[in-house]
Amino acid sequence: MRNGFMRSMFALAEESKDLMLITADLGYGVFEEFEKKYPKQYLNVGVAEQNMIGVASGLALEGKTVYLYSIGNFPTLRCLEQIRNDACYHELNINIVAMGGGFSYGGLGMSHHATEDIAIMRALPGVTVVVPSTEWEAEEATLALSKNKGVGYLRLDKSKATIEETGRAFSLGESNMLLNGDDYAVIVAGGIAEEAIDAAYALSEYFLSLKVLSMHTVKPIDKEAIADLVKYYKGIICIEEGTKLGGLGSAVSEVIMETQNYPKNFRSIGINDQYICIVGSQKFLREESEMTADFIVKVILEWESLT
Amino acid sequence: MENSEYLAKKIRLHAVKMVNSGGSSHIGSVLSIADILAVLYGHIMKYKATQPKWPDRDRFILSKGHGGVGVYAALAESGFFDTRKLMEHYQDGSIFSGHVSHKGIPGVELSTGALGHGLAVGVGMAYAAKLDEEAYRVFVLMSDGELNEGSNWEAMMFASHHKLNNVVAIVDRNRLQSMNTTEETLTLEPLQQKLEAFGWEVISLDGHEHDVLKVYLSVDYEKRYLDKPLIIIANTVKGKGVSFMENQIAWHYKTPTGELFDQAIKELEGV
Repeated sequence: MRNGFMRSMFALAEESKDLMLITADLGYGVFEEFEKKYPKQYLNVGVAEQNMIGVASGLALEGKTVYLYSIGNFPTLRCLEQIRNDACYHELNINIVAMGGGFSYGGLGMSHHATEDIAIMRALPGVTVVVPSTEWEAEEATLALSKNKGVGYLRLDKSKATIEETGRAFSLGESNMLLNGDDYAVIVAGGIAEEAIDAAYALSEYFLSLKVLSMHTVKPIDKEAIADLVKYYKGIICIEEGTKLGGLGSAVSEVIMETQNYPKNFRSIGINDQYICIVGSQKFLREESEMTADFIVKVILEWESLT
Repeated sequence: MENSEYLAKKIRLHAVKMVNSGGSSHIGSVLSIADILAVLYGHIMKYKATQPKWPDRDRFILSKGHGGVGVYAALAESGFFDTRKLMEHYQDGSIFSGHVSHKGIPGVELSTGALGHGLAVGVGMAYAAKLDEEAYRVFVLMSDGELNEGSNWEAMMFASHHKLNNVVAIVDRNRLQSMNTTEETLTLEPLQQKLEAFGWEVISLDGHEHDVLKVYLSVDYEKRYLDKPLIIIANTVKGKGVSFMENQIAWHYKTPTGELFDQAIKELEGV
C-alpha cells in the first residue's frame, strides 16, 4: 500500500509546489527519492509528533496541502489534541498517513499495534477516515484526499487484498466491491479484506456466495451500499483489524439502527475490549483474535444451520 | 499619552468589563499581557483591519488562549470589528469564548485554549514564509506556566534548527501559574539559559515598558539576529494595573464584581 501512496505523492508534488510531505523521522528507504526530487516540499521534523501537527497546521494556514507520515499510533494518538484543535477546528487541508494499521507491526508489541485509530479518528468532527483494502485504493485515496476539504486520515496496511482492479473508478465515500456474491456480505476496511476474499472462496465449496465490499472510506460512510446489503442479503459481517468499539462495525451498526432496516443476521468481527499482549505476525495475531477467513466461514455456516 | 499606552488602557478597561459582564475568569492573565498586545497592535505589527487576511500582514498567535479577551479588545480597538461586540463575551450563544477563537472573529489567526499549541503553529507559519519568500513576521505570545508543556520545546528545537528568524516568541513571565508560583510548581529557571541552549536569541525585559518593548520587537532589531529565532522574556505582573489583583493567583479565576469591579475601573481609568 505504501508504494501506491508514494506513487501518488510524486504525482501530487509534481502537480503543485504547495504540496508538502512531512515525516516524524520514519520512512527510512521510502522518502529519499522524494526528498531528492522535491527538497522544498519534504520535511523531517524529527521524532516530535505534536510539533509535526502544529507545524503542518501553520503551513496549511498559509495555503499548503500537507501530508503527514508516521507509523502506528504516533501520528494520531500521540498528538490527538493537536489534530483536534489545530488541524480539525481550523478545517485545514492536512492528511495524516499512518503506516502499519492493525497488526502490521504485530511483532513489535502493543505500542505498535494500531488498533484504536479508526474509532478515535472517526470521532473527530470533519475528519475523512480512509482505510484502504487494496493498494489501488491507497493510491487513489491519496490523490482524492488532496482535493478533499479538511483533515483526512489514511491508514495504510502491510497486508492488502489483491483483486482485478482495471476499469474501476474511485471516489471517497463510495464503497468498492471487491467480490460479488448473492447470499451473504462482508463489509471490510483494511488489508484484512484478504481474509474476506479467502472466506468467499472457501464458502463457494458450500455453494454459498459472498459479496465483499471494501468500505475504504469509514467516514463519511456509504449509507446506500449498507442499505442495499441489508435489503438483499441473508446476513452482514463487518471485519476490521482494530477494536470493535467505535470502528467500522460500529459505524455500520449506527447506519442500520438509524434507518431501522435490520439485517437478518449481523456480526462485527474485530478486537474485543482488550490489548493484545502477545506478539506475532499479522496473520498469527488475526488467528489469535478470531478475525480470519476461517472465522468468517464459521459464522456464516452457523447462520446457515439456523436459516 | 502615547498611542500604545492609550490602547493598553483601553484593552484593560474592556477586559475588566467583559469579564465582569460575562462572569468569566483569567483577568489577571489578561492584565499582564495588555501592554504587549498594545505595543504589537498599536506600533509593531503590519495589518489591515479591513482586510484581515491581507497576505503581507504579520501573524499573531495567542498561545495562552485564556488571555483571549485581551486579543478581542485589541482587535476591536484596532478596527477589526465594532467594540460593542466585545460585551457578547461569554454570553449564551456568543462566539467570543473564554479562550480565543478564530471562528467568525476577524483578525484571530488561531484558536487556542489548550496550552502548548501556539508556538508549533507559529513556527509552521514562519517556515511557510521562508519557503514562499514572504516577508511577514510571526509573533507568538505564550505564558510562562505554559512552558511546562513539552510541545513548546519541540517547536523551539524546530525553529532554531531551521533558522526561523522571522518568528518572535514572547513569554509572559508573570511567575504565577494555575496553583502556585512557576518556580514552586515546576522550576523554569534558569529560563534564559534554557532558551539560549535551545538555539534562540533571548532578551529579558520589562513587559510593561512600552518603549523597551518597541525597541526589541521592531524589525530592525530582529535583523541583527540573522539566523536565530527571537524569544523575549517579558517580565510582567499578573493583574497589572489593578492594585488588589497584582500578583494574586486568585484573579486567575475570580470575576471582579460590585465594589471591586468599580474600584478596578477607577484604578484603570486613573481617576
